[in-house]
Amino acid sequence: MDSITVIAMASIIGAGLTMAIGSIGPALGEGRAVQQALSAIAQQPDERNTLQRTLYVGLAMIESIAIYCFVISMILIFANPFWTHVIAK
Amino acid sequence: MEILQSNQISPDQIIIWQWRFIIINATMLYTWLIMFILVGGSWLVTRRISSEIRISRWQNFLESVVSILRDQIREVSQDEPTKYLSYIGTLFLFIGLSNLLIIVPGYVAPTASLTTTAALAISVFFAVPLYGITKQGLKSYFKEYFQPTFIFFPFHIMGEISRTLALAIRLFGNIMSHDKVIGILLAVTPLFFPIIMQALGLLIGLVQAYIFAVLAMVYIASASQTHEQAS
Repeated sequence: MDSITVIAMASIIGAGLTMAIGSIGPALGEGRAVQQALSAIAQQPDERNTLQRTLYVGLAMIESIAIYCFVISMILIFANPFWTHVIAK
Repeated sequence: MEILQSNQISPDQIIIWQWRFIIINATMLYTWLIMFILVGGSWLVTRRISSEIRISRWQNFLESVVSILRDQIREVSQDEPTKYLSYIGTLFLFIGLSNLLIIVPGYVAPTASLTTTAALAISVFFAVPLYGITKQGLKSYFKEYFQPTFIFFPFHIMGEISRTLALAIRLFGNIMSHDKVIGILLAVTPLFFPIIMQALGLLIGLVQAYIFAVLAMVYIASASQTHEQAS
């Protein structure tokens, strides 16, 4: 196998694994956060605005980890620096 | 019309006009378009502003936008919103409008480019100490970096940098991922399903604009309120 094949294979497998493993944690975390927020809203409907705002901000914080994984897999597929280096050579 | 090709991840790569080393790309064009819409629209409306009982519907619209912004800022910061309104409101309106316009064909959101989001995040990075110093003074602001002991100084610095990075990458990743998902769906299941995703994209865009503005407000508020909580 020459280096182009190795880089292409590693990038594609790496991108898939990044998304697969990297989205497990944020998914579990978001599920727990929404669960807690829903039960809190059910118990105290008057505090809905504060809870919703905190929930959105917290979800964005949790989600950003999944977004990092997504950006890295996008870079691996569309803007891979090693790939362009090998192609240019 | 899809002007962002599927193998491009940033509207920086679409070059619209080039003269030697001066390049106008799609990010710059659409950023200026949004700035023009915001400034020109506000100018057109506020030109004939009136304080009578009957006001024009556009003035009504702008007044409701401003009052919603003021309410949200007051809730988050627990403070008088006027001095934060211009900055936070600009962030929200710019990001919100640039994300909402994705339903227009041929348009690529400038927030789908990392350069735009990095610029916005860096402006937050500099706005936090500015608001903090004007609120509580130079000495007591920088004393916060050495709380509880001086060992925590590098961690405070690292926190500032990493949250700036997080702001930029979060907005970029969300909007860019939405573009990519639409592109992939158009190839897999054309005609119907991409429309639902476009509608979802409007929601995602507004939520991201809201989150960006609220996070900027939270950072600024935490920089300017620590003194009061400590005393």
